[in-house]
Amino acid sequence: MNTHDPVDVLIIGAGASGAAVAWSLADTKMHILCLDQGGWMNQAEYPSTGRDWEAKFYGEWSTSPNVRGRPEDYPINDDNSPIKVVNFNAVGGSTVMYTAHWPRLHPSDFKVRTLDGVADDWPIDYDALTPFFEENDRMMGVSGLSDDPRSPLTHPPMPPQPLGLSGPLIGKAMNKLGWHWWPSDTTVATTDYEGRARCINLGHCTPACAQGAKASTDITYWPHAIRAGVELKTHCRVREILTNEHGMASGVVYYDKDGVEQFQPAEVVIIACNGVGTPRLLLNSVSGRFPNGLANSSGLVGKNLMFHPYAQVYGFVKEPTDSNRAPPTCLWSKEFYETDLSRGFVRGYGIQFGRGAGPVFEAVASEQKGILPWGADHHRVFRKLNGHRLGVSAICEDLPEEHNRVTLDPVLKDGHGIPAPKIDYTISENSRKMMEHGLARGREILEAAGATDICTNNPIPWGGWHLLGTARMGTDPARSVVNEWGRAHDVKNLFIVDGSVFVTSGGVNPTSTIQAVALYIADQIKQRLANLFD
Amino acid sequence: MPATNELTPAQRDDLRTVAAMIIPASEEYKVPGADDPAIQSDMLATLGRDTAMVAQALDHLARLAGKPLAALDTAKRDAVAKEFRAGGGAAAQTLVRVVLQCYYRDDRVLRSLGLELRAPFPKGYTLAEGDWSLLDPVKARPATLRRAP
Repeated sequence: MNTHDPVDVLIIGAGASGAAVAWSLADTKMHILCLDQGGWMNQAEYPSTGRDWEAKFYGEWSTSPNVRGRPEDYPINDDNSPIKVVNFNAVGGSTVMYTAHWPRLHPSDFKVRTLDGVADDWPIDYDALTPFFEENDRMMGVSGLSDDPRSPLTHPPMPPQPLGLSGPLIGKAMNKLGWHWWPSDTTVATTDYEGRARCINLGHCTPACAQGAKASTDITYWPHAIRAGVELKTHCRVREILTNEHGMASGVVYYDKDGVEQFQPAEVVIIACNGVGTPRLLLNSVSGRFPNGLANSSGLVGKNLMFHPYAQVYGFVKEPTDSNRAPPTCLWSKEFYETDLSRGFVRGYGIQFGRGAGPVFEAVASEQKGILPWGADHHRVFRKLNGHRLGVSAICEDLPEEHNRVTLDPVLKDGHGIPAPKIDYTISENSRKMMEHGLARGREILEAAGATDICTNNPIPWGGWHLLGTARMGTDPARSVVNEWGRAHDVKNLFIVDGSVFVTSGGVNPTSTIQAVALYIADQIKQRLANLFD
Repeated sequence: MPATNELTPAQRDDLRTVAAMIIPASEEYKVPGADDPAIQSDMLATLGRDTAMVAQALDHLARLAGKPLAALDTAKRDAVAKEFRAGGGAAAQTLVRVVLQCYYRDDRVLRSLGLELRAPFPKGYTLAEGDWSLLDPVKARPATLRRAP
């Protein structure tokens, strides 16, 4: 095994959180190295550059690593979960392949035990993260409209996306019902911004943006971090973190792009692999001192996995919608975000609205639902459906439960022979009730918009985007994996900065909060450099 | 002998037949059926990673039909299709998806739908600004963000 010169800080993962931490720590002038199992993506090869752009979603650009099967991906056994894990492995991580919807957790999300008597409070509050939310919004480049009366105050540097054809249909329906709606904050650039060209409505933000209008960390944080001296090595897959006789992390063993085993020593190790990759790495880092995996004296590494079950309703209106000619999401609602026990469940959900879909997606989805027939009537029905879809998705707060977990699969391995993660997950009774409520309200919204042929996905099966809670933050080492500033209770030079530190999930897409937490932890590290390991 | 990543001639025949059952040609909409030679060629040329599942679906279809699908009378063929669609699982879904994804990128079909014959990039699309006054009632309501202690 080759051994490299030691670095001051080693970051594992170049996605949402790893990139933010790398950039933030760069001003310390320490020697910072980041290893990522993926490589740099090429925008010229993104799906929207080709006529077969929709077909690619079912294969090489699938959101599922199991379907996609790129060499950079690792398999995930999610057979025992109704929600399948979706992610992307490259420089930029899953910010390469996400919808760019950009809500933040609410202040109340950090105090759910105090407010609602469930789960646990976070050891930090919203106010601690406020400056980092703001900093992150500037770095990622956010568009939106300030002063949403039901969301935390934000200051998007760019104006919101146009409402298009679909937005007014939704807005009118919500006004008819008297319910809250607001243009979403998104990381889609609506003006030229920091070297990024404005959005030209390529229409499918999720599987990467050929225009570069959607913020992914390969085009936001990384160029700045690299210019500031951070080193990034690609196609390097970390197998395990080693520890020394003092119980400190000594470095990592990884496979380089040629599959050759390497040892990289480091003074500080930061894990940024998100809610499945992080526990997988910790559980694979077994030693005599840490027989149950690294940083796992609490036994909580991998437990409390939270996904956000999505309850989706969609229907078809007479008016044309934006179809595939706009970013897929543009509006949100926080009408049902907070606890109202009269609804039969605790906590709540955000709503995100969908503008429509392209013709192939529409045909495939509608045929599978049985509303698009085979035979002579196919053409008439397809013309009624295509370009007329509106979607409503309730993104339900998933409360932490220890039986929802990531473990190591005893058989399945990745291309380097490293044990793959196994997911065991069930949707709780509380979440089920919340999802049913969301479906019923979604149906009301669509009916108010005049939609027919209403269909549901409950849950969206390929909806495991948000991978949270599997190395939770807390002040009690018996009840958490990292402390209130991201350092592992058990290993004083090991930090975790990704979604796995979330104590609760909120009812919104988490990437904005993941990055704010990462920047907060980086700031804590910088403030404590003189006594970081005390 | 076909390569393992290709369909047999019998499977191709059944693929063509079932594709026409899914989407027949239409005089009214001036579109070909999914059994059109160009669309079939596209399917076969781009099967790629879907080949095994599509072959599996076609084998299932052949078992249900007991003979080439095209040799069945219409009623029997419809019955087979119904059973295939109901019980074919992931393989059947893959076959149908392959038919649909190739059909709905054919120039003649897209033209009939009024869609442009191009990739989204680099031209993109224009998005109407929409009526922002719709937001006025929401702005008029008091702020109700729940505060944390």
